[in-house]
Amino acid sequence: MTFYSPVITNAAEVAGSDKLHLFRYVEDANQTKIETYESHGGYGTWRKVLTTKKPDDVIAEVKASGLRGRGGAGFPTGMKWGFIPKDSPKPRYLVCNADESEPGTCKDRVIMERDPHAMIEGMAIAAYAIGCHLMFVYIRGEFGHCIETVDKALQEAYAKGHLGKNVYGSGYDLDMIVHSGGGAYICGEETALLNSLEGEKGMSRIRPPFPAIEGLYACPTIVNNVETLTTVRHIMERGAQWYRTMGTEKSPGSKIFSVSGHVKRPGNYEVELGFSLKKLIYDPQYGNGILGDKKLKGVIPGGASTPFLTPDQINVGLDFESMTSVGSMLGSGAVIVFHEDTCIVWAILKLIHFFRHESCGKCTPCREGTGWLEQIIRRIEHGGGKPGDIEKIEDICGNILGRTICPLGDAAVMPIQSAVKHWRDEWQYHIDHGKCLVPTRFEFV
Amino acid sequence: MILNKESVALMQKKASQYPRRKSGILPALTIAYRQVGHLNDQIYREIAKAINVPYVEVAEAATFYTMFPKQPTGKYLIQVCHNISCALLGADSLVEYLEQKLGIKKGETTKDNLFTLISVECLGSCATAPMMQINMDYYENLTRAKVDKILEELRAKA
Repeated sequence: MTFYSPVITNAAEVAGSDKLHLFRYVEDANQTKIETYESHGGYGTWRKVLTTKKPDDVIAEVKASGLRGRGGAGFPTGMKWGFIPKDSPKPRYLVCNADESEPGTCKDRVIMERDPHAMIEGMAIAAYAIGCHLMFVYIRGEFGHCIETVDKALQEAYAKGHLGKNVYGSGYDLDMIVHSGGGAYICGEETALLNSLEGEKGMSRIRPPFPAIEGLYACPTIVNNVETLTTVRHIMERGAQWYRTMGTEKSPGSKIFSVSGHVKRPGNYEVELGFSLKKLIYDPQYGNGILGDKKLKGVIPGGASTPFLTPDQINVGLDFESMTSVGSMLGSGAVIVFHEDTCIVWAILKLIHFFRHESCGKCTPCREGTGWLEQIIRRIEHGGGKPGDIEKIEDICGNILGRTICPLGDAAVMPIQSAVKHWRDEWQYHIDHGKCLVPTRFEFV
Repeated sequence: MILNKESVALMQKKASQYPRRKSGILPALTIAYRQVGHLNDQIYREIAKAINVPYVEVAEAATFYTMFPKQPTGKYLIQVCHNISCALLGADSLVEYLEQKLGIKKGETTKDNLFTLISVECLGSCATAPMMQINMDYYENLTRAKVDKILEELRAKA
């Protein structure tokens, strides 16, 4: 049996560690089967939680662990759960966000493809914590293989009595629905995701009210990322104190980083938060250095919506605070590496084309601004740059940033602003000479 | 009727699981797309009838989501990821290679109606770039040799 995706992981390192946990079984081809998952202790934590703990104990434990959302924003998970009103007569919903679409990010699919029961178990525990009896996983539509794998795991979980009516004789009912998306990046944003789940266009909602108060079908709702919910299962198995032995004070635990672009060994690697970005790129166990032994030009550390770092900034820890201190963000943990032959205008054109395509069109600054930016940047890339273009780009970026309902607008401009700041000379050269300063032509072999 | 009985039954079953039927629209579009290979106005009407929601709500959702082609495509819809991680490893030249192999330009369909070639945004396969999706399947870590073999196999199957 082979895996659906040939992507490289550090499962062997994780299996030999007494701390790392998310990737322990992802090289075991049988892990998707419930018998194998159970033989590794699977669903034991859900059973223990449901039969011996109160929902508030679960929330307290997750709060104490310091777990922060792994989807990009890094919001404390336990605190988010605590916002669910205690006295609401409405049903509560849990939605697992599996709309993995941030360019560079390919981590959640490893969990869904290779360890889907771990996600389901984490979801069950989270659902119980917030008093939810119907939970959803929203999987991006292109991930047909993930949808099938998760669906099959779900049927197995029902058949074994881990989900359904009166789970483990506790009197607690819990159902789950697998929902497939339609190929819209915006639906990774939680309020757009909820609209999409309701059958609407995926456009974001104005907050407040926050989803915890009025989310799906105007009921209290928690939206958490796949990796976040999978982590919950491990925290409830081994405790908040254990979890805090990893990572840093403010960013505890471990996280999966997707390393892509110009490295010799692209892959998904689970490391403790605070791990060195430089080591992740250069160590033979991980990225194994720059393709063709070329010089590093820059790194996007947290997915396409996070600002670039330059080679002198990569001696930094991969945690929320350290990333902010060097002017970028941890985001979804998608490390995209660029070597010296990359023209920055070419790279930014790829990104702004994406954000223009994915802007839902609700807010004027984002809808119009991303279009203007793409037109100007495309003109520069194709040799038609004019004096004043850089200033115009900066001006448009400044008028999008912070002026939209959801973070897509910010996401579109942050990498551009950083690219203009770090490589202004290169933009100027492109405008003055009508061509790239460096020879961008990447051949597939 | 374009939709077959199985698709309609599947849509109805799925829609009935949700607290509100309207949530069944996106799953219904997916089911229709998998059966037909594209979506159109007639299909929106059939879906609306099948799951008992207004036609306009189906059309509104369908036209927002770009994953579903709104025109017929070749038997195999080749979607090459052109986003940044794939582009750094030659996605543009992969598109050119496919254009040359298939004798068509991006956006076109081969004369035998077997292949349609388009490029799309990030498909979440960044650490196995470059990649393409053909219908529902992913093909990752592509090389010229691999592409040759994939096309050959699909031609043989057709």
